[in-house]
Amino acid sequence: MASYSTNEFKGGLKVMLDGDPCSIVENEFVKPGKGQAFNRVKLRNLKTGRVWERTFRSGESLESADVMDRDMEYLYNDGEFFHFMEPETFEQHQADVAAVGDAAKWLKEQDTCVVTLYNGSPLAVTPPNHVILEITDTDPGVRGDTAQGGTKPATLVTGAVVKVPLFLEIGETIKVDTRTGEYLGRAKED
Amino acid sequence: MSDAIWQPSAPLQNLRRRATLLADIRRFFSERQVLEMEVPILSRRATSDPHIDSITAECGGETAYLATSPEFGLKRLVAAGIGDCYYLGKAFRNGEAGGRHNPEFTMLEWYRMGWDDHRLMIEVGEFLSHILKISKVHSYSYRALFLQQLGVDPHRASFEELKATVAKVLELSFEPAGRDECLDLLMSHHIEPGMDEGITLVYDFPATQAALARVEDDELGVPVARRFEAYVGGMELANGYWELTDAPEQQRRFEADRCYREDHGGPVYPYEDRLVQALEAGMPDCAGVALGVDRLLMLACGAGRIEDVIAFPIERA
Repeated sequence: MASYSTNEFKGGLKVMLDGDPCSIVENEFVKPGKGQAFNRVKLRNLKTGRVWERTFRSGESLESADVMDRDMEYLYNDGEFFHFMEPETFEQHQADVAAVGDAAKWLKEQDTCVVTLYNGSPLAVTPPNHVILEITDTDPGVRGDTAQGGTKPATLVTGAVVKVPLFLEIGETIKVDTRTGEYLGRAKED
Repeated sequence: MSDAIWQPSAPLQNLRRRATLLADIRRFFSERQVLEMEVPILSRRATSDPHIDSITAECGGETAYLATSPEFGLKRLVAAGIGDCYYLGKAFRNGEAGGRHNPEFTMLEWYRMGWDDHRLMIEVGEFLSHILKISKVHSYSYRALFLQQLGVDPHRASFEELKATVAKVLELSFEPAGRDECLDLLMSHHIEPGMDEGITLVYDFPATQAALARVEDDELGVPVARRFEAYVGGMELANGYWELTDAPEQQRRFEADRCYREDHGGPVYPYEDRLVQALEAGMPDCAGVALGVDRLLMLACGAGRIEDVIAFPIERA
């Protein structure tokens, strides 16, 4: 397995730390003028999502992690596993609840997600930045109140709850930013 | 950074500010009758500093080294009787690259005859106030800073105590190998980032980190290095000494540095024996300080990274 030295550390590099695959977020070279050189590194643990801050001696190295990001189509949830398919090879992968994590509330069948594979199995799922979903439950709409702010919670078909303007009704489809959970607008029906 | 690799990484306005800064620096010293000197940056001798690596060159079939600082050349001139002098130009350090480091950088170093570290600290404060238009100058001893920030005496604490302090404030991927490594970690990771916006001068460093400074007892009878550092907004800018003028002691430190390098698998370079000869001949009492000009420019421009003030950092050089 390849290994990387601290001077090769850069954002996005996948390495093993304490037995877990991590993605390097930030690497800062720190050196007191007359002292030893260190690297202060921020790493995201890809299993837990938690960010670690670690100091290394400059020149230390970490083993690379066998981690790959792949675009995959979300197929269905069988109650236990979420199933994804690679569009070119039609190869299917099943991800458990831990791997899907928060992404679950945005997953719509046939949408393309980024599935992170670790040793060949799904480790994490990143939904598309924008999704179009139907409102399945919300308080009745208030007409004539379109200009001023005012929001209400709406439950979407995938179970996510987002704040939407008061005029929206059950059955309408909306566009949402999955990174912030923010309502972006009404979606045009094709 | 700009997209095209031929282009400078720094905005042109910052490069214009660099020109003004260099002119300001030269005027500051000219007004104080300090002479600008040139010294070789391609030398047959290298640094002895255990934590600084030279860049090697080949010249006439022999190995030469790019100077990691102008100090040896300037001190030989001081020993020859040149008097108050400064160097403003390039220095090179292998493997140092990051947000505040580039392997090739601009250094200002100056020497004052008959001064000690405390007298020179005053001038460093004046210099920084003048260039950066900052009026607030604080000065603390290294011990005071550690006691205030971490509740530990850096000169007297045991290795175990220092390790425990490091463990309290930092997560490491390694076991610290000695007291100095603990102190470097605490200084660079905890104390520096917590400094305020003004100018901070820190003096009386641990005797084990004396480099080329004299070692003398402080008011508590603890031997300390008569060395100081200047920081602005937590960024290390300058490192100064009440200079060692004792030839045998200088020789002993060069040998000790060489042993350290051998023990730690670092490259071993020929040390500056001509400086030892210069000290034997007699060097006047003096204090000297080296200052990173690129960092000074970062502060003057409000730039976050060194490539914002250098036209062509190493990736584009």
